[in-house]
Amino acid sequence: MSEEQIKNLEEQFEARIARDEKIEPKDWMPEKYRQTHIRQISQHAHSEIVGMLPEGNWITRAPSLRRKVALLAKVQDEAGHGLYLYSACETLGISRDELYEQLHSGKAKYSSIFNYPTVTWADIGAIGWLVDGAAIINQVPLCSTSFGPYARAMVRVCKEESFHQRQGYEIMLKLCNGTPEQKEMAQDALNRWWWPSLMMLGPTDDMSVHTEQSMKWKLKRKTNDELRQQFIDQTVPQADILGLTIPDSDLKWNEERQSYDFGEIDWDEFWQVVKGHGPMNNARMKARVGAWERGEWVRDAAMAHAEKQQERKNKQVV
Amino acid sequence: MSNKKNWPLWEVFVRSKNGLEHRHFGSLHAADAEMALENARDVYTRRNEGVSIWVVESKHITASNPEHNGELFEPAQDKVYRHPTFYDLPDDVKHM
Repeated sequence: MSEEQIKNLEEQFEARIARDEKIEPKDWMPEKYRQTHIRQISQHAHSEIVGMLPEGNWITRAPSLRRKVALLAKVQDEAGHGLYLYSACETLGISRDELYEQLHSGKAKYSSIFNYPTVTWADIGAIGWLVDGAAIINQVPLCSTSFGPYARAMVRVCKEESFHQRQGYEIMLKLCNGTPEQKEMAQDALNRWWWPSLMMLGPTDDMSVHTEQSMKWKLKRKTNDELRQQFIDQTVPQADILGLTIPDSDLKWNEERQSYDFGEIDWDEFWQVVKGHGPMNNARMKARVGAWERGEWVRDAAMAHAEKQQERKNKQVV
Repeated sequence: MSNKKNWPLWEVFVRSKNGLEHRHFGSLHAADAEMALENARDVYTRRNEGVSIWVVESKHITASNPEHNGELFEPAQDKVYRHPTFYDLPDDVKHM
């Protein structure tokens, strides 16, 4: 194809997106659109998969059967979300094996928030309330993103996510209405998860390299700073109901903006964790790669069984 | 990485309730049809989304190419006489 033809196709493509038309896997698309989507959808999928680890830590130690079945169902949902997203990503011409390889080799990133440890039961409450809360804010606009398979996966994910946040908030509520020690545990979890949750919504707009292009492709419908402000504005009143204090001395209501002003985020910490120096980066990857390797014989045995059954069937036909 | 073959890709179709058609829900990997059905149950119907599941190995689907949409779909575009509004009838004619 000549450069002129490609430019023409690109213009038609951008016009389709501007008209709110969806792009489907077999449609022509600029290579950069394909690569950006592979990167974002796979990062999203990896985050769901690695995100099971911090919560899985508490399944065997959940304080009651009610909490245990809920946590099990939530972690199973995260696995499901990972699978929806991997499938959506594969429609862009990358194989599941390549995607896993990128995660396991460290080439692909996942959400940094999962590199923090879950040291008490209250962390499970805080994750559901804050981490899933921030995830919902990120994901709802993606339900109308331009790439069809991604948008469809997000619709399903968003439907399921609200239970996650509610179960987390209920855990916090129970602890806050419990003994002083339990309330203190809830406050401690909020103290540790608050700032990483704000960072989860991504670097500030002036630092974000992909925002402009992503807005154009509707891969992003609001900027990181807008999403962060929305998260803070809706979460502060929820903390008030719990009787917990947000660990930010600069946090105060701004009457003029009808929004909360908030303190400086420690972006050095964010980049340290992204680069692999968070408290749990190594442990997470070790657990993930270990599970994949220990499962290899099961995958091979299932394939061998399937082939044997097929051969047997073929013989019967003859 | 294992030298053996990877689990193939399957497309999943779910009937959400009787009276409705099966609709494409997504895809997944499984070693065989039976496992594809079981995985589809776990991945796509955790909240009573379905009463019936079909799975078909993706390689068996033949799809049209969007680049040929012109030749494929244009012939229908100029056949307005296939639509009821093509026919001029006086307003007095009722129930038609």
